[in-house]
Amino acid sequence: MPSRLLPFCNDSIRPASPTPVTITVNGEPMTGVTGQSLAGVILAGGTLGFRHTSVAGRPRGVFCGIGVCYDCLVEVNDQRDVRACQRRAAEGDVVRSQHDPLPAGPGEATPTPGVTAS
Amino acid sequence: MIQVLVIGAGPAGLAAARAARRLGASVTLLDSSDQLGGQFWRHLPAARPAARERILHHGWDTFQSLSATLESDGGCRIIRSANVFALETAAAGPGTVHVIVGAPDGVGRKRLSFSPDAIVLATGAHDRTLPFPGWDLPGVFTGGAAQALAKGERLAVGRRVVVSGAGPFLLPVAASLVAVGSRVLGVYEANRLPALVRGWLPRPWQLLGAWKKGAELGGYARGHLAHRIPYKLGRAVVAAHGTDRVESVTVAEITADWTPIPGTERRIAVDAVCISHGFTPRLELAVAAGCALTLERFVRVDDRQHSSAPGVYAAGEITGIGGVDLALAEGTIAGHAAAGGTIGDRALRTTVRGRRTFQGFAARIEAAHGIRAGWPEMLTSDTIVCRCEEVTYGHLCETAESTGSRSLRAIKLSTRAGLGICQGRICGRSVEELLACRAGGGLVDGVNTDRRPISGTIRLGELAAAVTPADSYRLTSTSESSKGTL
Repeated sequence: MPSRLLPFCNDSIRPASPTPVTITVNGEPMTGVTGQSLAGVILAGGTLGFRHTSVAGRPRGVFCGIGVCYDCLVEVNDQRDVRACQRRAAEGDVVRSQHDPLPAGPGEATPTPGVTAS
Repeated sequence: MIQVLVIGAGPAGLAAARAARRLGASVTLLDSSDQLGGQFWRHLPAARPAARERILHHGWDTFQSLSATLESDGGCRIIRSANVFALETAAAGPGTVHVIVGAPDGVGRKRLSFSPDAIVLATGAHDRTLPFPGWDLPGVFTGGAAQALAKGERLAVGRRVVVSGAGPFLLPVAASLVAVGSRVLGVYEANRLPALVRGWLPRPWQLLGAWKKGAELGGYARGHLAHRIPYKLGRAVVAAHGTDRVESVTVAEITADWTPIPGTERRIAVDAVCISHGFTPRLELAVAAGCALTLERFVRVDDRQHSSAPGVYAAGEITGIGGVDLALAEGTIAGHAAAGGTIGDRALRTTVRGRRTFQGFAARIEAAHGIRAGWPEMLTSDTIVCRCEEVTYGHLCETAESTGSRSLRAIKLSTRAGLGICQGRICGRSVEELLACRAGGGLVDGVNTDRRPISGTIRLGELAAAVTPADSYRLTSTSESSKGTL
């Protein structure tokens, strides 16, 4: 788990004891800290890849972290195209990764990326 | 009473709002975040109080005092989670600002519009990150992302991390990473000592007044030494490797013009890499307002921070990348002038002097750390340039060559580079530079990628919805405004 939250008890800024917030990501429960962004909760769970691209089916995750690049788009409670770095996690949020393959051209196969978000 | 609309609640916007209030103007302050402070003072949410948060920030007391003053001031209306999606010019006055308020990328948000007497644009900047092979892999972050996640969430983007790019910002990025428990294996500054000397050494007496800036950078340098982080000049991450995520990077020596030197490559195992090559000002609203830009592509302002568009003032990083002290000074002057004050007013004397002290910084940073022309040498033909539309460097070059076009717009339309959901914010300037050096004689259509008539994403249903008149929209408390976004 390379990306992770600094345990609050080790934090030199002495944060108050955090309140947990639990969401599901592609059906798996993930617990973060109240006030975190969806991106933060998913990253702290060790997942870097959030979605696959439409053309080449390449994995993408958080890049700019401040709402500019739109690489961290996810579906939240059936709402598509939400920037995970901008939306704070709410208890029970149902998050799914997005993949929109391009329609296949004549004689082409639709790219099929791996479905796992690692 | 003069109505002043301030867009952006970072250092410049907060200072502008306070200055305008001091002259008695009625102020509305908008920010797309649910917190004040902008990217510079990005901090933990109210739900996660911390006793010593100030040790993470420079000028934290200034921020606390600015936000407390404005939050308790009935004449200043603060609207958080407010996304400005368009600015329309008008025959008289600075024009109409269209805003959508609510959870980021939510549905059923509230539409507002404002037609103030004066607008202060304080929209800031975001990281400029140049493309390189593998930069689209998960685990490659901008410096700003690492910083925002560390300061705003106490999250480390990786365990073994390298920081690369150019500019003084690399130091606070490394410091933030260390503070959340990452091991920073190295900080690679692309420019070499002669460039740094050329930028920072001339006319050192001008830096004397800027001791605060020196103290800020000195603090990062001390932290650097304490954590034994190697700081290497003339080197860059030239490739990131991995299948589903970054597993290693190649670091190479580069020449003074940023061409990688063959034979100097070294592979380093990492689980994250943070890249920043400087900053791109967020200019779309200024462009929409009709503000003229400088040759360096910042908003051109006079000594009152007034742009070329009537009633439109600009402050902070959109007028030049100069740091927090300059942003505070410019914001104060802009807010004062927008509220009807004049630059000669006694109350402004220290601020005007302060602005002069910090003004030289932007030019020094550019001279020392600016992007150099050899950077495209890092690219291979299959390197993604436009991340949204997955346009490769090879495809851009082939299209430019086969069409012989010297029009940015035409090549964008043929390749889709810069036409994706980020609206060219990440790749726009890189696409412009790559095409300008491929097209013999440069691009000729006078188009740039900073023009975005729809300046933020908005759902079509929301665009079609009725506008709530701004005057009937009142926030009852700050807690209500932040609740709306959770």
